[in-house]
Amino acid sequence: MQLFYSFFKSLIGKDVVVELKNDLSICGTLHSVDQYLNIKLTDINVTDAEKYPHMLSVKNCFVRGSVVRYVQLPADEVDTQLLQDAARREAHSQRQ
Amino acid sequence: MADEGDVGVVGNTTVAVEEPLDLIRLSLDERLYVKMRNERELRGRLHAYDQHLNMVLGEVEETVTSVEVDDETFEEVYKTTRRTIPMLFVRGDGVILVAPPMRGAPP
Repeated sequence: MQLFYSFFKSLIGKDVVVELKNDLSICGTLHSVDQYLNIKLTDINVTDAEKYPHMLSVKNCFVRGSVVRYVQLPADEVDTQLLQDAARREAHSQRQ
Repeated sequence: MADEGDVGVVGNTTVAVEEPLDLIRLSLDERLYVKMRNERELRGRLHAYDQHLNMVLGEVEETVTSVEVDDETFEEVYKTTRRTIPMLFVRGDGVILVAPPMRGAPP
């Protein structure tokens, strides 16, 4: 029931780019995640042309899971085989 | 209508009662087309999904479509913006539909 929660926990410490539904993109290090996929990032900076609310003085932030559109991940940190197997099991266990 | 004992055959295996999410499972490690809210589309390789339609896609191309109206002629001009992302988590609440890729033979 918590495939993606576990998945994000395995990425703690890695650099990610969180794109929000308001089009703001935040690059930072994944510090923590919870069951709602709320995210805490450290050492952030706003990517995608600081024309959006530039948070120059903000170092760390908490992002509510529901406002996330995408999270861009480092491809080489992701074990796609493992993910696919987990997804197959997760989907199967959700059916019952 | 699905009645008891509906079965599907995948290769040599028989699977019982396929619900929509099971059909997505068949697309794991295959390329997929995702239509999202705000005139966005994704094409990528499905690595993971859950019942909320949260997904992880690899080798993704995002297409954003926008309309501009010419000031003089008032004609509608459709523009698309594309970008590629090597690995992407997509939150399920933005997903409208999921389908096999529509073009002939996607790379």
